[in-house]
Amino acid sequence: MTASANPNSFRTQPDERGHFGQFGGRYVAETLMPLILDLEREYDKAKSDPAFKAEFDDLLEHYVGRPSPLYFAPRLTEELAKSALPGKGAQVWFKRDELNHTGAHKINNCVGQILLAIRMGKTRIIAETGAGQHGVATATVCARFGLPCVIFMGATDVARQAPNVFRMKLLGAKVVPVTAGAGTLKDAMNEALRDWVANVHDTFYIIGTAAGPHPYPELVRDFQSVIGKEARAQMLSRTGRLPDLLVAAIGGGSNAIGLFHPFLDDASVRMLGVEAAGHGLDKLHAASLAGGRPGVLHGNKTYLLQDDDGQILEGHSISAGLDYPGIGPEHAWLKEVGRVDYTSVTDTEALEGFQLLCRTEGIIPALEPAHAIAAVTKVAPTMPKDSIILANLCGRGDKDIFSVAEHLGVTL
Amino acid sequence: MSRFERAFSRGPALVTFVTGGDPTPEATPAILDALVAGGADVIELGMPFTDPMADGPAIQQANLRSLGAGTTTADIFHIATRFREKHADVPLVLMGYANPMITRGPQWFANECRKAGVDGVICVDIPPEEDAELGPALRAAGISLIRLATPTTDTARLPAVLDGSSGFLYYVSVAGITGMQQAAQTSIEDAVTRIKASATIPVAVGFGVRTPEQAAAIARVADGVVVGSALVDLVGQHGADAVGPVEDLTRALAEAVHSAR
Repeated sequence: MTASANPNSFRTQPDERGHFGQFGGRYVAETLMPLILDLEREYDKAKSDPAFKAEFDDLLEHYVGRPSPLYFAPRLTEELAKSALPGKGAQVWFKRDELNHTGAHKINNCVGQILLAIRMGKTRIIAETGAGQHGVATATVCARFGLPCVIFMGATDVARQAPNVFRMKLLGAKVVPVTAGAGTLKDAMNEALRDWVANVHDTFYIIGTAAGPHPYPELVRDFQSVIGKEARAQMLSRTGRLPDLLVAAIGGGSNAIGLFHPFLDDASVRMLGVEAAGHGLDKLHAASLAGGRPGVLHGNKTYLLQDDDGQILEGHSISAGLDYPGIGPEHAWLKEVGRVDYTSVTDTEALEGFQLLCRTEGIIPALEPAHAIAAVTKVAPTMPKDSIILANLCGRGDKDIFSVAEHLGVTL
Repeated sequence: MSRFERAFSRGPALVTFVTGGDPTPEATPAILDALVAGGADVIELGMPFTDPMADGPAIQQANLRSLGAGTTTADIFHIATRFREKHADVPLVLMGYANPMITRGPQWFANECRKAGVDGVICVDIPPEEDAELGPALRAAGISLIRLATPTTDTARLPAVLDGSSGFLYYVSVAGITGMQQAAQTSIEDAVTRIKASATIPVAVGFGVRTPEQAAAIARVADGVVVGSALVDLVGQHGADAVGPVEDLTRALAEAVHSAR
């Protein structure tokens, strides 16, 4: 590893070659390499350009609706305390990123990336999407800035996320169903890369999660870090202290890294990333850290679900947004250095968490953060009563009510 | 003189690609024999991968057929070993993606290549920036790392691409995926002239080359011509009966390339 296993700061990754320890990097075809290097140079310039930051902040405030609220969940806290021993039962708080324009945290990153695309003079935008949230967010910023937009989406996901497909079309995007492989997020990403390599001269690829070739994991993290920066300031202002535990769901891991990163050097704050255990870790699942090993896919080295020959396995999760056989490289590094703990919850547990939040707080979460909620229900009763859990509510559940109904055996 | 040096010393060389294990691991040896019989000078054997993100539909389908038939990495090395036993002088290149190559460690892969008599390796998704992943192990084992240069590889970047590569340089003539349109002949000529000013190794040109006419035109300016998808299409169309059609197309391509000497 290039970085020490015990760095003084956990917030200085990646190194100048885009590596988070042994993870990350730039594993792309030669055609893309010059563009990746251009993007890195342009992002470095943008980071130190006050005008870029001002435009990003302005759009997040007035277009996205930030800051998102920090919310104490009294009835969920009370409900979980019922099963706790005396003196136990932590307070549960949520960062309400589901209240953003377009209904998820994805828009934070899309605003940042489209500003970069415009700085680079690119005139066409492409993106991949799984559940459709990143596709909708990308189509949204393309409409806002008047750029043509092509979204690659696995044919299976097109079928199970019809409302989001229609949203993207309303926003003016072209949605390309991808039939290769299992027709899910991994295949959509392959097809987006194929389009990009053929159109590098005018096309910007807005990657939706904190993965892919450097500098994507870094820049997506930086754009999503608004979540953790706001939450840290809001928690200090509301309670005068930092939370004891952060919890977030992980597919590629952009909402989690966005929440975690600003807290990484706060030694008292523990962090828990929640992968999708699907039908169970001994069956079909999408928990790359729990069930995978390091490998190279989609431009970066990270934990992957794969067989002995390095062939990539299909992920499975009830949540299309977590249904990916890899994970962002910074999470792979944070696991290896031990700064963040990772766990997983099954489809069934996520459905229970989903319903619990609906009933106790009047909030319908997306199936992605339902995984985080399920993890909270396990850990809250074991923590002291005065301790604080902060979970990221990274998306709302409107898009998921049809598949939840199906899983609950309800005909709409 | 290495097998590569011999293959490129006779004038423009025909480099042919098929996917290993397509349609089955058992069928591949006879298809490779057909390539040699037809006059191919260098053989690229594709290692199948679940996510061939630089490939167009033809080679994507070939990867799926191969994996669907249960092809393993061990099968690919068996095919390579058998090829070397039968064809002592024809250079053999493994081409594929990083993950199957590095998954048991680069030393393991380099050793297997050496034992099987493989001369070179093309890894699509390891650019010079990530050379440490595979390059040192291959070079230590005496295996050529064959890099790709593309229309986006400018003059400033070319030395980094050439540094540490050997055997030949594969010039990908279009910014795109395999099997799609061919680049304009003039742009190929300009690029090859530019690259050959810096390169001391032969330059082979590929992507989108399907016909003897196209191949002949490229052979007049380059050291080699790579044909892949057109052959893979024949395997897709004829399956295990592809030996005859593959040999016929290879012969037509080889005659066109070699007559440009």
